[in-house]
Amino acid sequence: MSVQVWTFILVGLSFALYIGIAVWSRARSTGEFYVAGKGVPSLANGMATAADWMSAASFISMAGLISFMGRDGAVYLMGWTGGYVLLALLLAPYLRRFGKFTVPDFIGDRYYSKTARVVAVVCAIFVSFTYVAGQMRGVGVVFSRFLGLDIELGVLVGMAIVFFYAVLGGMKGITYTQVAQYCVLIFAYLVPAIFISILLTNQPIPQIGLGAEYAVDGAKQGVSLLDKLDGLSTELGFATYTDGSKSTIDVFFIAMALMVGTAGLPHVIVRFYTVKRVRDARISAFWALLFIAILYTTAPAVAVFARTNLLQSIPGIAYEKAPGWFKNWEDTGLIAWVDKNGDGKIQYDGSGAAFVGKPTGKDGPDARPARSAGGERLWDNAPTANSNELYIDRDIMVLANPEIAKLPSWVIGLVAAGGLAAALSTAAGLLLVISTSVAHDLVKKTFHPDITEKGELIAARIAAGGAVVVAGYFGINPPGFVAQVVAFAFGLAASSFFPAIILGIFSKRINVYGAISGMVVGILFTASYIIYFKFINPADNVPENWLWEISPEGIGTVGMILNFIVAIGVSLATPRPPEAIRTLVDRVRYPRKAMAEEGS
Amino acid sequence: MSKSVSPEARARYWRKNLSVLAGLLSVWFLVSHGCGILWVDQLDKIRIPGTGFKLGFWFAQQGSIYVFVVLIAIYVLVMNRLDRELLGEDDE
Repeated sequence: MSVQVWTFILVGLSFALYIGIAVWSRARSTGEFYVAGKGVPSLANGMATAADWMSAASFISMAGLISFMGRDGAVYLMGWTGGYVLLALLLAPYLRRFGKFTVPDFIGDRYYSKTARVVAVVCAIFVSFTYVAGQMRGVGVVFSRFLGLDIELGVLVGMAIVFFYAVLGGMKGITYTQVAQYCVLIFAYLVPAIFISILLTNQPIPQIGLGAEYAVDGAKQGVSLLDKLDGLSTELGFATYTDGSKSTIDVFFIAMALMVGTAGLPHVIVRFYTVKRVRDARISAFWALLFIAILYTTAPAVAVFARTNLLQSIPGIAYEKAPGWFKNWEDTGLIAWVDKNGDGKIQYDGSGAAFVGKPTGKDGPDARPARSAGGERLWDNAPTANSNELYIDRDIMVLANPEIAKLPSWVIGLVAAGGLAAALSTAAGLLLVISTSVAHDLVKKTFHPDITEKGELIAARIAAGGAVVVAGYFGINPPGFVAQVVAFAFGLAASSFFPAIILGIFSKRINVYGAISGMVVGILFTASYIIYFKFINPADNVPENWLWEISPEGIGTVGMILNFIVAIGVSLATPRPPEAIRTLVDRVRYPRKAMAEEGS
Repeated sequence: MSKSVSPEARARYWRKNLSVLAGLLSVWFLVSHGCGILWVDQLDKIRIPGTGFKLGFWFAQQGSIYVFVVLIAIYVLVMNRLDRELLGEDDE
């Protein structure tokens, strides 16, 4: 069977499964809609959290990013998993004890301020929308590359599926669907990785294969895989793979901003409300990180396997002898080759980008660039002066990996189903945050306190439906800023939310003035630094101009430190928070039964 | 129902909670930002015997994640025990 048939079968089966689960587990009350009635077992909740956490970017892009960054790619691996540790230790158990549905609920009550609540809601909605648009785009991209549909049609199909189970099932439907999606995505990630690990190192476990001896057709070559890749890289003029190229201080600040920012993502925090007891929240946090770690420790292995295969098979090969996948992905603009020296061979080396910008061109009959006499697509981009002739999009490293390694076509179909599972699970979780924020925090808590439970449930469903439509629109017409903003959402979350929540739990002295001025200073500082270097004056965006050599990606850490300083300073200079807040903080700190004598 | 809990017992519980957090987060910091970033070049001079891993590279891309999983496992065990100590055998 062909790749397309396999892809249709596997994607179709997985979608049927998700819809079946949604029908079986649809929500009947706001409690079930927001937090699945708090009745989800820890293991299932751990899987759902892992699926929620791992977005289209984790599945499709991360290994590719790492394979082009080498050792520095560790900032994503450590950043996203290390942030999870902060979440599980510093936030989740306390917010779970607080016992309401959302982070804005906590901010609003702890800082006894409607303004603070509304600010938190707006931040949560903004972060969620930028994220969800990226997921929808991911769905469209998978559909278009594997099934030959238009990106638009792909996004519409994705919208329909998410609409169905998020609007109908609420958190309950989403949770059980995410359990299934986790299984699909981890299976789809591991199968190609295991195959390729055996091919390259005779070693079925990718995490061990990464450090094992390089082998060709089962015969060991007397050199480790990583040394082999280092050798190939330096031979072609790339940086040594296992060495870093960013400055230590920059890596330090980027990793910290990613960690702290991840901990503040609203759609993951809400997951801890779906279990019965604080003890279950802790245990499900453990399961979730274990499930996340399976993918995150495989990703660096996939990165090395793919990079090695690529550097082995492409540089110096004549275009007409290039493998089939090379030409297929050329059609999508993810690979582009320009024959600068006219020798008909593909030169790929570390001398810089092959041409200016991403490949563009629409002159040919199929709205794709025309082909030359030699067969390659001709792009409009101006070639650069260096000797490198090849443009490779980083996403290829995962998407084309099975083809590069000549794996059977069902594995390729499986990767498509896995990518969709990763994108849909994250999108659904985010949509739920948006609908909860609108129906609960805005409609019920701010504008219409006397709304009935039934009315709130309807409002939540309408909000979820509206959010799907808006997200789909952004998926089809991505505003240029989305890609930029997603990359910085972590820094913004780190410099605003995180200190306010942490101080709210661990200090009784922090008051509303401190919290709000801290958030404002943190986010203003971080946003202006990012906007200046990324949008106003991109030409200045070089290490010499940065503050202490910290790139805009890492500046959120500085914003966070400023936030802490300002929040503490202002709180100490202004009156203590009211007595009721001290009781509230106690309720968050101690198990509920320990508070029984005070009747709370 | 559980026995009532004195304010002193609660204060002790919170102090223990904070010291558990301090311990775990120190390890978290030393492994990720320490071994994976600050000392990575020094550690890269050492190889893990029998593998192709340079130690710093391994911490940055593999080891730190394994340690994170272990940290949360320890946290779960210790905190559940602290809860039991505070409340008696019957927990929340």
